[in-house]
Amino acid sequence: MKVELRFFAGVREALGVANESVDVPDGVSTVGDVRAWLRMRGGAWAQTLAEGRSLRMACNHEMTDPARRITEGCEVAFFPPVTGG
Amino acid sequence: MTRVRVQEADFDLSTEVAALRADNPKVGAVACFVGTVRDLNEGQTVQAMELEHYPGMTEKALEAIAAQARERWPGSDVLIVHRVGKLLPLDQIVLVVTTAMHRAQAFESCAFVMDYLKTQAPFWKKEKTEHGEKWVDARESDAAALTRWDLEPPRSAGA
Repeated sequence: MKVELRFFAGVREALGVANESVDVPDGVSTVGDVRAWLRMRGGAWAQTLAEGRSLRMACNHEMTDPARRITEGCEVAFFPPVTGG
Repeated sequence: MTRVRVQEADFDLSTEVAALRADNPKVGAVACFVGTVRDLNEGQTVQAMELEHYPGMTEKALEAIAAQARERWPGSDVLIVHRVGKLLPLDQIVLVVTTAMHRAQAFESCAFVMDYLKTQAPFWKKEKTEHGEKWVDARESDAAALTRWDLEPPRSAGA
């Protein structure tokens, strides 16, 4: 399944990438699965997306929890807790 | 009416208030909040600030926040203007204007929008100090402020 990834702020800097199109393997079906799958890249990916790191996720521009199911072509974003205002 | 803008340019409070309440004689109260850049944060002198956001999601999040406010305080109009890019101490960052028939609704609606925006809208601040650049950490007190409105603070997805 094709997924558009977006990374912001400290997460973007730690990973060194802002956008990426990926083809996720079968069995990766939720936003939390995508996070776990990306961790398997190791290095900064394993560290930045580690369980227990305070991270927010969005799917198709909506803040979501890890159980949200992904769909073909959806946009999944990972970023730190927000600090606007 | 809901108006939401994300922009690099500064804004003018009087102009924005006049536009929001124009031709609406039902409005008896207007509440405004302006957030500005401090030169001191956590004991360090801030020289400049960079505001990043998530284009596409930001506008939707702000519109959802405004819609919730208008649902809670019917008849209220909401304006949100949030700046992005490079900002300096004394600069204006964010403007929230809410209108209502009476002051209590206007004050509450304005506070609600700011509390919600602080934890739900995808903006991130990076401060430049004499010790280098640093992303601003989210405050626990911002998440706690949401409970005042019977809203769940966003879950820390990693925990």
